Amino acid sequence: MKRINRHYLVRNFHQAKWDEPVIFELSRKGERGVRIPEAEEEVKAVAGDVMAALPTGLQRKTPPVLPEMAQPRVLRHYMRLSQETLGGDVNIEIGQGTCTVKYNPKINDRLASLPEMAALHPEQPVETVQGILQIMHETDLMMREISGMDRFTFQTASGSQAAFAMASLIKAWHRHTGEDQQRDEIITTVFSHPSDAACPAIKGYKIITIFPDEEGYPDYEAFKAAVSERTAGFICANPEDTGIYNKRIKAFTDLVHEKGGLCGYDQANANGLLGITRAREAGFDMCFFNLHKTFGTPHGCGGPGSGALGVTKELESFLPAPLIDFDGENYLLNHDVPNSIGRVRSFHGVAQVVLKAYAWMRSLGAEGLYEVAKVSVLNNNYLFRKLLEIEGIDSPYDPSKQRVEQVRYTLKKLTDDTGVTTGDIQRRMLDFGLHYWTSHHPYYVPEPATLEPTETPSREELDEYIATLAHVVRECYENPELVKTAPHNSVIHQVDESGMDDPKEWAITWRSYLRKTGAS
Amino acid sequence: MMSIKGFKHHPYIPNSVPEVQEAMLKEIGLNSLEELHAEVPEAIKLKENMNLPPALSSEWELRRHVEGLLRKNRSCRDMLNFLGAGCWQHYVPAVCDEINSRGEFLTGYAGEPYNDHGRFQTLFEYQSMVAELVDMDVVNVPTMDWAQAAATAMRMAGRMNGKRQVLVPALMDCNKLKVMKNYCDPDLDFVEVAYHPNTGQLDLDDLKQKMNGETAAVYFENPSFFGFLETQGEEISRITHEQGAVSVVGVDPSSLGVLAPPSHYGADIICGDLQPLGIHMNYGGGLSGFIATRDEEEYVMQYPSRLFGIAPTTVEGEYGFGDVAYDRTSFGDLRENANEFVGTQSALWGITAGVYLALMGPEGMRELGETILQRSRYAIHQLNQIPGVKGSYFDAAGFKEFVVDFSATGITVASINQQLMAQGIYGGKDLSVDYPDLGQCALYCITEIHNRQDIDRLAASIKAIVTETPGQ
Repeated sequence: MKRINRHYLVRNFHQAKWDEPVIFELSRKGERGVRIPEAEEEVKAVAGDVMAALPTGLQRKTPPVLPEMAQPRVLRHYMRLSQETLGGDVNIEIGQGTCTVKYNPKINDRLASLPEMAALHPEQPVETVQGILQIMHETDLMMREISGMDRFTFQTASGSQAAFAMASLIKAWHRHTGEDQQRDEIITTVFSHPSDAACPAIKGYKIITIFPDEEGYPDYEAFKAAVSERTAGFICANPEDTGIYNKRIKAFTDLVHEKGGLCGYDQANANGLLGITRAREAGFDMCFFNLHKTFGTPHGCGGPGSGALGVTKELESFLPAPLIDFDGENYLLNHDVPNSIGRVRSFHGVAQVVLKAYAWMRSLGAEGLYEVAKVSVLNNNYLFRKLLEIEGIDSPYDPSKQRVEQVRYTLKKLTDDTGVTTGDIQRRMLDFGLHYWTSHHPYYVPEPATLEPTETPSREELDEYIATLAHVVRECYENPELVKTAPHNSVIHQVDESGMDDPKEWAITWRSYLRKTGAS
Repeated sequence: MMSIKGFKHHPYIPNSVPEVQEAMLKEIGLNSLEELHAEVPEAIKLKENMNLPPALSSEWELRRHVEGLLRKNRSCRDMLNFLGAGCWQHYVPAVCDEINSRGEFLTGYAGEPYNDHGRFQTLFEYQSMVAELVDMDVVNVPTMDWAQAAATAMRMAGRMNGKRQVLVPALMDCNKLKVMKNYCDPDLDFVEVAYHPNTGQLDLDDLKQKMNGETAAVYFENPSFFGFLETQGEEISRITHEQGAVSVVGVDPSSLGVLAPPSHYGADIICGDLQPLGIHMNYGGGLSGFIATRDEEEYVMQYPSRLFGIAPTTVEGEYGFGDVAYDRTSFGDLRENANEFVGTQSALWGITAGVYLALMGPEGMRELGETILQRSRYAIHQLNQIPGVKGSYFDAAGFKEFVVDFSATGITVASINQQLMAQGIYGGKDLSVDYPDLGQCALYCITEIHNRQDIDRLAASIKAIVTETPGQ
């Protein structure tokens, strides 16, 4: 037999394609997927005719039109749909910039699915939940060390909810000091997450957005002009989505403090900074982490994740209640938080995600977290150097400067040369089993891409990603139609999105689809 | 000088191998890892390793340590649990766990409608199945929890009609109300509507009195936080609509196999929690909120959430999916001018709720509702037999939960619950702290997992406690 040639870097890929019906089409009358325990005869006898006893207006007259399916049919349908989803367990996660999609250790999922976690009720007496409260408290202690903040809450169920809680804290603080009326502005930067602008706007703030200077740093002169007695606070990421670290961050936060405002640090993507530098030294009054990003917990197709919101001593009494306290012997729920903004979520946040983050940190320790930061930045700058060698791929702002954990690229030259857009390249990369994320809207950088390798990929995987992107770029020059019409080897072909903004066309549920397409 | 150390050869980090690091550094013209982070000023760089507990780098040590901590918990698997109050112990079918622990879903995130076709389709299907349950045409990709869904529903109403007053029942979950108030501040003012003390039903005279030209929405729940059913839904919605306000109803989806969905009595927006639908309680981490409306542009355009829609592709016969009206969201071009915010919420629980509803089907949901009605009525009946105990404080039909009044026993709920716990039972939530007007009452929850033996055991335990404890 001849040796089989495996000397190529660009993978010959096709994603699973099942051509799976929509679940309602799998319904067969009379099939059952699971049965419910029937009440005992004695129970029924005492209860009487419970359906007839319901108030007339509240009896359901027609059953819900749910599918009727036997168990294997349900299982197979969802197994097939899972195969048509490319999670981080399956593909090389480099392409989902700003999302920090890293390895999520399996052991942590196993631990979190134990009944001592999964089957806890949030209203159980505290003496029966000492284990999870200890985990949450010790995670708080570790977060304090990582950030320099004085107190954390995990009630915030996501980064955006934590950003919203920050805005709420800023509001409550200025109400407390009597300056709320005067302070009606929040400053953010354009390459911070959209939620840093959207969340304070919900609290009624006018949003001032700082654009970058020529070097890609938030424009200090513009910032200086924006900070005033009307400034309630400053909320930003650093590094922003460009991966550029704002060296003058302390000057920014000092200026806000001078004028009486508060500073909130969006550390959703803190991966490159663990053990390197902290919110405290950069002058922030509060910060939040996304446990489902930096701290290794799974993203779950978009949650459940967890925000971890930390504040300085001065702001502790404004946090959502209850706080988890430790009196030296027992863990307690402290409801006595005098200036509390109230609540941002029911109960105590997403405890099982806190558990996973705790286990992740315990596996790594301080030296491991430092390794995470260094390797994620090494991987990123390696990718950065190599990708810039490809014709048509550039970075806005000085390419000789290091980036932190991610890079915003621009493919404008490629688009100018070939007519192929970054969106086309995104779809084509899927033909090789690889994500490639364009960027948050609007596109301030033309034809953008934002890639974030994290510490997870090996050098070989980085090289595969680089080779594949180089291959696609070559295709753009040689056979642009191939790229424009992609994907070809994904689950489906190009979606016709023309009806998505048209109320007459859009169909958000199967019943709407049937009605709007005249089949019902 | 530099005293910071890393952790080489860590199992989670392929490139923690020093030789690989050296080679990669060389490729990018650097000599050491310390030369990375050149952009971070020295003045704010840490000079030593952080002070964290030592690494448990072997998986066995980690497992042993964490399991040791978890063993300090006494879960509802070991105890007989009657707590509900916003997080409910139902049976979770194995297929639900099987699907939501699939690595593809568990570690999926924000891919495109192509590589994440399965994510889009499962969430579209979840939307579609919940839509059948509530008999509405639009359902969102889930938000954090019921409280968030209710808060957003209030803001949706406020944006639609430009008004700033919302009416809520004076008797509702005070913690949910805290979330709603903080979320709606400073744009909406909450006004509480009185209730009939015996039945818990909303006082319609008070409702009419408080309705005015500034009322954006009226909110109530069915079943209520206290388990009783609000029977005047149609009348409440009529009064609401007369004033040009929006009728918002919160609902427990596990009731909808037997109870009429709020859309049948005038609700414009329905919200609730998916947790009862195949999701473990997780100390409250299993919550997941949903919002449903009619397919009318004025409603759809107010959602902050993602809404996945079905669409054709370039190939005949293929189903495709995508975002409907993306620019409504803060992910679109509008940033702070979009509807509220969107981001990571609880998509995996949406997928799970879809699996659950597909397994249950219409018959399963009907049986679930019926058996819960039977078991909870049985429990009320059994508790009523105990001297001084009133099985149901409110004189109204209910579902799943009910308020047990211990006032006449002379014993506090705290004391009863303490003694129940010694017998392996978590009694109902003590309401005397947050709702002192009710006296010594507790909110009990009965689902399909409680059989006759469990309920009889509860009743016998309470009976023994109230007859043997000296009055206070």
